[in-house]
Amino acid sequence: MAAFILRRLAQALFVIGAMLVIVFFGVNVVGDPIYMLVSPEMNQEQIAETARSLGLDRPIWEQFLIFLRNAVQGDLGRSFVHGESAIKLILSRMPATLELALVALFMAIVIGLPLGLYAGLKPESKASRAIMAISILGFSLPTFWVGLMLILAFAVGLGWLPATGRGETVSVLGIETSLLTVDGWQHVALPALNLALLKISLVIRLARAGAREAALMDYVKFARAKGLSQSRIIGVHILKNIMIPIVTVLGLEFGSLVAFSVVTETIFAWPGMGRLLLEAITRLDRPVIVAYVMVVVVLFVTINLLVDLVYSALDPRVRLTEAST
Amino acid sequence: MSETSLPPVTTTPAAPTREETPLRRFARSFIEDRVALLGLLVFATIVLLALAAPLIAPQNPYDLAAVDVMDSRQPPGAVAGEGFTMWLGSDGVGRDLLSGILYGLRISLMVGAFSGLIAATVGMTVGLIAAYAGGKVETVIMRLVDLQLSLPSVLVALILVAALGKGVDKIIIALVIVQWAYYARTVRGSALVERRKEYVEAAQSLGLSHARTVFRHILPNCLAPVIVIATVQTAHAISLEATLSFLGVGLPQTEPSLGVLIANGFQYMISGSYWISVFPGLALLMTIVSINLVGDRLRDVLNPRLEK
Amino acid sequence: MSDHVLQVSDLKTHFFTRAGTVKSVDGVSFHVSRGEVLGLVGESGSGKSVTGFSIMGLIDPPGRIVEGSIKLNGKELVGLGEGEFRKVRGREVAMIFQDPMMTLNPVLRIDTQMIEAVTAHDKVSHKAARARARDALAKVGIPSPEERLKAYPHQFSGGMRQRVAIAIALLHRPPLIICDEPTTALDVTIQSQILAEMQSLCAETGTALVWITHDLGVVAGLADRIAVMYAGRIVEAGAVDPVLDTPLHPYTAGLLGSLPSEGEPGEMLRQIRGSTPSLARLPQGCAFAPRCDYAQADCLTIAPATTAFPGERGVRCHHPLSGTGVAA
Repeated sequence: MAAFILRRLAQALFVIGAMLVIVFFGVNVVGDPIYMLVSPEMNQEQIAETARSLGLDRPIWEQFLIFLRNAVQGDLGRSFVHGESAIKLILSRMPATLELALVALFMAIVIGLPLGLYAGLKPESKASRAIMAISILGFSLPTFWVGLMLILAFAVGLGWLPATGRGETVSVLGIETSLLTVDGWQHVALPALNLALLKISLVIRLARAGAREAALMDYVKFARAKGLSQSRIIGVHILKNIMIPIVTVLGLEFGSLVAFSVVTETIFAWPGMGRLLLEAITRLDRPVIVAYVMVVVVLFVTINLLVDLVYSALDPRVRLTEAST
Repeated sequence: MSETSLPPVTTTPAAPTREETPLRRFARSFIEDRVALLGLLVFATIVLLALAAPLIAPQNPYDLAAVDVMDSRQPPGAVAGEGFTMWLGSDGVGRDLLSGILYGLRISLMVGAFSGLIAATVGMTVGLIAAYAGGKVETVIMRLVDLQLSLPSVLVALILVAALGKGVDKIIIALVIVQWAYYARTVRGSALVERRKEYVEAAQSLGLSHARTVFRHILPNCLAPVIVIATVQTAHAISLEATLSFLGVGLPQTEPSLGVLIANGFQYMISGSYWISVFPGLALLMTIVSINLVGDRLRDVLNPRLEK
Repeated sequence: MSDHVLQVSDLKTHFFTRAGTVKSVDGVSFHVSRGEVLGLVGESGSGKSVTGFSIMGLIDPPGRIVEGSIKLNGKELVGLGEGEFRKVRGREVAMIFQDPMMTLNPVLRIDTQMIEAVTAHDKVSHKAARARARDALAKVGIPSPEERLKAYPHQFSGGMRQRVAIAIALLHRPPLIICDEPTTALDVTIQSQILAEMQSLCAETGTALVWITHDLGVVAGLADRIAVMYAGRIVEAGAVDPVLDTPLHPYTAGLLGSLPSEGEPGEMLRQIRGSTPSLARLPQGCAFAPRCDYAQADCLTIAPATTAFPGERGVRCHHPLSGTGVAA
């Protein structure tokens, strides 16, 4: 097990290193990196001076080493819009994004799992066909368009929920969260549902496929032959088997939730790091863009690592094979 | 007892009365699915409408002289100052929304088609090279493909347009970079299978050049999965372009695709002028859904192994 | 006749598929007495497993019991609601499946799967249920059952898993156990061990068995009576020894003839020509007629009824191989 974790850690570090290289050279290929580090108001002489003082007149491999050294120390430059460390800026917005993504993930499971199970266990019923049609639509609908429709329906039309912003937050262990206030939940409901829609469709498909497969397995028939109740068979025997692929896929999809939050946060004016990224893009705040990419890559890699560990915890067969290798 | 009086135990399918060409058989099994047929008809209509936009649109939305600010934010069915009925209403600067959508469709479809074509060409070439060259070349290419596919497309596209800037050409480049890896992976997969087949060995033993073997023999046999990928990816590209344009980092106001139209309507939505965003959105939706329906059916017809 | 644990009468289980109605079980009648072992023999597709699942009430759409009666200790099972049937399964009739690798849920521990089987019918404490599970494991010959309870199925061999399944079937000491080819997937040595254990366990508790198999060798050593199925019907039934010694139905004779032990060493194995008919398109007349060496004109047009023979024997054939029957 320890060897397994070590190997995965090494792979993770390799990916982060590769991304550092790509980002560094990408920035250099696309434009003069000096513009990452100076504000657009400076004149040519000031820029040249800054370039010299930062070592940007040196050969590219030397610059790379400097970039790497700073990156390892957690320094990816200063935002020239906000004047703060780019990393700190991103990290300060991260809790809001993670909160949104987690609620969306939760919704995907709570809404998608029962629907998918139903569609898988009663594949011929009309309701199942309707569920599958919704899930196909969920894959086709662009996220931003669904967001607009949600605002139109629930905020403008019905007036049930607020359309924009984050609700009242409470500080827990130094992290601001809006999940402990009614106002917070009212605000998070629509954007989280918007973000969750694609994943709801995904969970429906996975759960349906899994349930259809599991329902035909002998162990389900044997469980029925033991005289177990329907709820015990579905809730324990089938669910525990289909949770393995669902947890794996959803874990890997958490990264994509964070990525798609750029769209959702912009529509619902949610103060997360996705909205920050979009602002940075429109204002060409390159240090923030670079910092965002690096933070997200680290997040992805961490999630993949966690998913592997959870996976081996869920499936006893994996645990054994990993332990024996 | 006589053998001839035995009832048939197994049935043999009736021999076709007339030789059926593969294309005809393909078309026949495609239209068996009514929903897919509907999707195809809707998509064909959309393409025709987009192509014919200059002929059928009541107004040229690019022609500043034709647009009257007095007509701005008129609800569906209102009559424009010039006398024609604006069936879908008008936008914030007085453009007829129906005309805007027809012209917007042109741009959205063009971006989708071009990016798809280029990505397919690039991806297929790279995929074929990987499959045919093998060794280190293949490893490097496939690592790149894996890395690309592990990143969410929306994020990659965002970062790319951040670096490249706005414009039709830039957005097409970004979409190509987002899509090529899907084609490369697919083509490499089926090319590896094809390569091992006898006719390739036969072609090589005849002394045909590598290029000829690849393009005349391997490539045509990889086309079925590529067509399936192409439909799904084109729908995805159109959706992605609309998303980027909606976010204000895709196409500029001078190239009003559907995404730009929706973005322009967003600010008026809260105050009740819902149609400015809703109708272009519905057009976008119908385009994407119809392509996906066609793609789903193509997958079933072209690849029986992947039915579910 | 009151000591019949199971009385199946004219059971018809059909599957309504797009390709047509598949008459998997089409008018099957038999009975099993207390402590008796009935061997239900047939090729795959003969309807023997569907018969077993019908008794368990585990026929899923598109399948359905269309006619007939299944009486378990005098209680009618056909038409029983799902809630009522659930109380019967596991307590009054249990089932053991063919592939022990597939019958235990791979992600649940053995104790979970055994305890839930106990508490499904008896309101006992978790601890008591666990003790019963442990005793059941010990009874089927699993060493150190206390530790094995905590294991997952993949940590057991195939034979051990089948023992666990048998232990689960025995938990409520049901009067009847349906065994659907429980030894087919196992090694020969383990097969005979399990057969011997099943025999002694059932003799001890008076449990009746319906042993579904395609293997006449197993039936010969285990069963008291035998019922041979072909294309959804029982074509021959009776006490094991007479049926195997002097088969009356050409199909039974064919099955016996194709056993490797029947021929001389070096001789080509005999086989029944042709293949089992599609159940969706059964021939008119006797279903076996197209493959039968003794078929005559009437076999092809008229389906034979069951003819009774002395010694509670019955044959569904116009031209049985020896003797003459009494009209049923």
